[in-house]
Amino acid sequence: MNVETSVRVEDKLFYNRYLVDVGRPHVKVRAHTSPSPQLLALLKVCPARCYELNDKGQVEVTVDGCIECGTCRVIGEPTGDIEWSYPRGGYGVLFKFG
Amino acid sequence: MIEEKFDAIVVGAGMSGNAAALTMAKRGMKVLQLERGEYAGSKNVQGAILYADMLEKLIPDFRDDAPLERHLVEQRFWLMDDRSHFGVHYRSEDFNEERPNRYTIIRAQFDKWFSSKVREAGATVLCETTVTELARDAHGKVIGVHTDRRDGEIHADVVVLAEGVNGLLGTRARLRERPKPDKVALAVKEMHFLPRETIEAHFNLKGDEGVVVEAAGTISRGMTGMGFIYANKECISIGIGCIVADFQRTGETPYGLLDRFKRHPSVAPLIEGSEVKEYSAHLIPEGGYKAIPQLYGDGWVVVGDAAQLNNAIHREGSNLAMTSGRIAAEAIVQVKSRRQPMTAANLSVYKKMLDESFVIKDLKKHKDMPMLMHTNSQNFFLTYPQLVSRAMQNYVRVDGTPKAEKEKGTLKSFVNARSWTGLFGDAFRIARAWR
Repeated sequence: MNVETSVRVEDKLFYNRYLVDVGRPHVKVRAHTSPSPQLLALLKVCPARCYELNDKGQVEVTVDGCIECGTCRVIGEPTGDIEWSYPRGGYGVLFKFG
Repeated sequence: MIEEKFDAIVVGAGMSGNAAALTMAKRGMKVLQLERGEYAGSKNVQGAILYADMLEKLIPDFRDDAPLERHLVEQRFWLMDDRSHFGVHYRSEDFNEERPNRYTIIRAQFDKWFSSKVREAGATVLCETTVTELARDAHGKVIGVHTDRRDGEIHADVVVLAEGVNGLLGTRARLRERPKPDKVALAVKEMHFLPRETIEAHFNLKGDEGVVVEAAGTISRGMTGMGFIYANKECISIGIGCIVADFQRTGETPYGLLDRFKRHPSVAPLIEGSEVKEYSAHLIPEGGYKAIPQLYGDGWVVVGDAAQLNNAIHREGSNLAMTSGRIAAEAIVQVKSRRQPMTAANLSVYKKMLDESFVIKDLKKHKDMPMLMHTNSQNFFLTYPQLVSRAMQNYVRVDGTPKAEKEKGTLKSFVNARSWTGLFGDAFRIARAWR
């Protein structure tokens, strides 16, 4: 029944060009034992599905596929759940069409 | 540190930043424009529609060499439920004119061209440079920027913040607030490629004619939002956006919405057989007039999406961005030509000029619409579309039921769903907010 599970976001990201700044993620999740409602919302709202639950039930972010929309910043920065910066100049997603 | 001092630094090379940098450079100012993408446009996302009038004010002969896709001859509004759409279409041969009014564009390509005009006018454009912080003096006046380049502090008399909807600089420096989840929409978009003849056949077009489809209804699952389909020359931009707070509340996923929109029986045939070449996402300012922040201060002005200048009701943004960038630049040129310092008091002329333009007048006119749409999203985006679909089907399906009975049935379905008070209340609220 659930359409979302049938949408393969990683296939969509494969269309895009990226220059990954290895070892310098531009988004960080604050260490936590159990995630806040804001962090849990990011699992679904992030259009690149960068946020996932690890086996301890904590929210983790992998920014390699990030399309830099800022939605997680709007939700998670006010509560201090995440830290958000732009990637260094030239790095990150490189739109061909935009 | 770069020892050279500039008259103005423009942060960002989107519509507003390019308009500001071009205007100031043309007037002989020494302008530095900083852009974090590998080229101007590589970080920018829009549907996208270009409004000729606002670009003509900057580059009168833009049609000679700008990378334009199709000029729009048709506008389609669709009210959708899960299996149908009720459409209002307007198409006119008048739009096949010598100087068309609206075009579809592809932002990465268009912005690269726009940026070449900024360089030609004499501005220094530095890409692959992220501005990390504003430089301020002991009194808090903005005197330049810090960048992520080595020794990256650069000074200027004034900084134009054209950093987009998610601009970090202005919010970090507490010049304005971070956008709130109920004041921005998240839109996702895909670029679907097809041979141009196929696109023309799917959309009933010839030559460079183009069409726009804007759709609302059950596709947004009761959230405030809408879908769009734009015909470009050899590809179709298709996307959907909803208010971020609604996504948060419902747990819907943006790609799930887009997938469902693409598979809708009214949409699927339009993109059938296409090859997807890009998936993007972007925030759109939706707060309207009431969300506009302080627009100027000592040594700075803010323009475009960063200033929340977007008309959600008319789906216009890039023209407000271009116009606010141009007007801010004209205000700066005015202050400079009087040999006055770039203080808040002197830069307030920017706001005065913007208040007189369509930008603020239009946003003011619809100041209550964003809240109305948001607080009544279930009615406007679920209930009414379903009611209209049923009413239309009842109207067109011929099944031997007497017309009087059919009409009574339709009326009853509206009253049952919303009650007389609800129906009149909704009509009144829309009329009042639209006025």
